[in-house]
Amino acid sequence: MIKKNWMYWLFFLALFLAPFYLTEFRLSLLGKFLCFAMIAIGISLIWGYTGILSLGHGVYFGLGAYCMAMYLKLEASGGRLPDFMEWSGVNKLPWFWKPFEQPVIAISSAIIVPVLLAMFLSYFTFRNRIKGVYFSLLSQAIVVVFVTLFIGKQEWTGGTNGLTNFSTVFGFSLSSPLTQIVLYLLTVVLLLSMFLFSRWLTRSRFGRVLVAIRDSENRVRFLGFNPTTYKVFVYSLSAAFAGIAGAMFVLQVGLISPAMMGIIPSIEMVLWVAVGGRSSLIGAIIGAIVTNGAKSFFSENYPDIWLLFLGGLFIAVVLFLPNGLAGVYQSVKQRKKQGEVRANEASSHVLQRVSRF
Amino acid sequence: MKPVLMCCSVSVDFDGFYALQGADLKVYPHEVRFLIGPNGAGKTTLLDVICGKTRASSGKVLFYSHDITDMPEHKIVQLGISRKFQSPSIFHQLTVWENMELALKQDRGLFAVLRAKMSEADRDMIITLLQRIELLDYADQKACSLSHGQKQWLEIGMQLIQFPQLLLLDEPIAGMSAAERERTGELIHEIARDCAVVIVEHDMDFVRRFSKQVTVMHEGKVLCEGTMEDIQQNEKVVEIYLGREEKAC
Repeated sequence: MIKKNWMYWLFFLALFLAPFYLTEFRLSLLGKFLCFAMIAIGISLIWGYTGILSLGHGVYFGLGAYCMAMYLKLEASGGRLPDFMEWSGVNKLPWFWKPFEQPVIAISSAIIVPVLLAMFLSYFTFRNRIKGVYFSLLSQAIVVVFVTLFIGKQEWTGGTNGLTNFSTVFGFSLSSPLTQIVLYLLTVVLLLSMFLFSRWLTRSRFGRVLVAIRDSENRVRFLGFNPTTYKVFVYSLSAAFAGIAGAMFVLQVGLISPAMMGIIPSIEMVLWVAVGGRSSLIGAIIGAIVTNGAKSFFSENYPDIWLLFLGGLFIAVVLFLPNGLAGVYQSVKQRKKQGEVRANEASSHVLQRVSRF
Repeated sequence: MKPVLMCCSVSVDFDGFYALQGADLKVYPHEVRFLIGPNGAGKTTLLDVICGKTRASSGKVLFYSHDITDMPEHKIVQLGISRKFQSPSIFHQLTVWENMELALKQDRGLFAVLRAKMSEADRDMIITLLQRIELLDYADQKACSLSHGQKQWLEIGMQLIQFPQLLLLDEPIAGMSAAERERTGELIHEIARDCAVVIVEHDMDFVRRFSKQVTVMHEGKVLCEGTMEDIQQNEKVVEIYLGREEKAC
C-alpha cells in the first residue's frame, strides 16, 4: 500500500513544507489554489464517480465564504455597524447578522448553510428523477438566483463589492505572515482529510454504488437500493467541501464578492476537474492547482492574451485527454506494465532457446 | 395453492394509449411461465408494472398478500421480486465480481453500505453463483469486456444472488448462441426449484422446448393460457399470432 501510494504522500509532504520554500506571495496563491482543490474533490465525487454534472458549486463555495466573511466583518467593525451598511443607510444590525458574532456559529454555518441548500435542491430534483442536462441547468439557475439576490440586497451583503476590509481572526492579525502560514497549514490538513475521507468512500462498497448509479441508475434501483438517498448524500457532501473551501478562501484572500460565486467560476470549477481527470481524486486536486497555476502564470507573463492560452488548454484537454492528466498517468503506467510483460516473455523465449543448446 | 403473484385487471394508460387493458395473471410457486404475444401486446409493460417501473392506472398487483401496485421499485425488490431487463443492464465500469457484490441480498441503506464488509459467506455465495453462470474466470474483468451472452448471464446471476421469490426475465436469450440458449433454458428450470419465473420470449422454438405453461397476450389483454399444445390448437391464437408466424415461415 505504502509503496504504491508513495507519490500521494510525497505530494502532500511537499504541500506541508511549502512555507519553507515559497515566498509569502506564492504561498498565499497556493493556499487559494488548495481551497479550489477542496471544491474539486467534491465535484469529482458527484460528477466523476456518480455522473451528476453540477454547474452550481459556486453557490456553495460563496455561501461558505460569506458565512465566514460576516464574522470577520463584524470583528473588523469592532461592535459598530459594518461600513457598507452605514453607507446604505442601515442603522441597526439585521437579525440574521447577529449570530455571526460568534465564531462557532459562523464556522458551523459555513458548512451547514451550503449543505442545507444542497439537500433541499437535490432531494426534490433527484426524488422526481430529474437528471442529466436538466439538473445541470437547474443548478445554473440557482447560481443566477443567488448572485442576483446578493447583488440586489446591497445593504445586507455589500452588493457587488462583496465583503472585504477584514483585520483580525480570533484576535490574530490577518496580515501577519505567521497567521497566514497557520491558515495555510490548516488548509493543507483539511484538504488531506477530505482527500483521505473521499478515498475511503470511493474504495468502499459505497463507492461502487456511486459508480453503479453512473453506469445504470435503473439497475441500482432494481437491485433494491434507493439511488435518491445516495445522490443526495454525495451532492450534499460536495457542497460541504465547497463551503469549507469558501471559509478558508476568505480567511486567506480577504475578500468575497458575488462575482466569485457566479456562473463563470462555477463552470471553471468543473473545468479544473476535467483537466485533472474527473474520476480521480488526486487528479481533481492536481487539476485545480495546475489550471489555476497556469492561469496566474499566463496572466502575469502574457497579460494581453492569457485568456487565449487558458482556452487553448481546455480545448486541448477535452480533445486529447478525455480522462485528464490522471488518465495520461494511468495509460503511461499501463503501457509500461505491458512493456514489462513483453520483455519478460521475450527473455523467457531466449532462456528456452539457450537451454536447448 | 396460493399464487405468488396476482395481477387483477391491470390497465396502463400512456397518455391515451392503453398498453394494458385489464390484464389478469396468476403465477404459482415454482412455476415457469412464458408470456408470448405479438409486438405491442403489452408483455414487457406487464413486467414493468409488476416490478414498479411503470405505474398501473387501474387494477391491482398482489405479491403473496402484499399490495405492491404503488410501492417504490426498491421496496418491491426487497420483498423478493427481481427483474432482468431486455437489453443487458449491468454496471459496465465495475468488475464482474463487484457487480455481484452490489447485487447481494443486504441492507441497502446508506449507512449500512458505508460500513459493509464482504463476509466469508458472501464470498462463497458469489463464487458458487459465478461458477453456475460460468463467469468465475472473468471475476476481475470489467463487465464491459464481456460478450453479449455473458452479460445476459451476469444479469441473471445478479438476480439469482438475491434469492428472489419471483424472477421476471425479459427476453433472456436474445443474442445468445445455440449452446448458450440451451444452457439458459436448463438454468431457468434449475432456478424454478427455488422460485417462480415469468419469462417474456419471442423465440418460439425456445418456448416450445422449455415451457410448461404459456400465457398469450394480445392488445393489452390475456388471450388464453395453457400448454404450448393447447395454445397451438386455439383458433384465436393461431389467427393473431402463430398463424401469422407460420405463414411467414
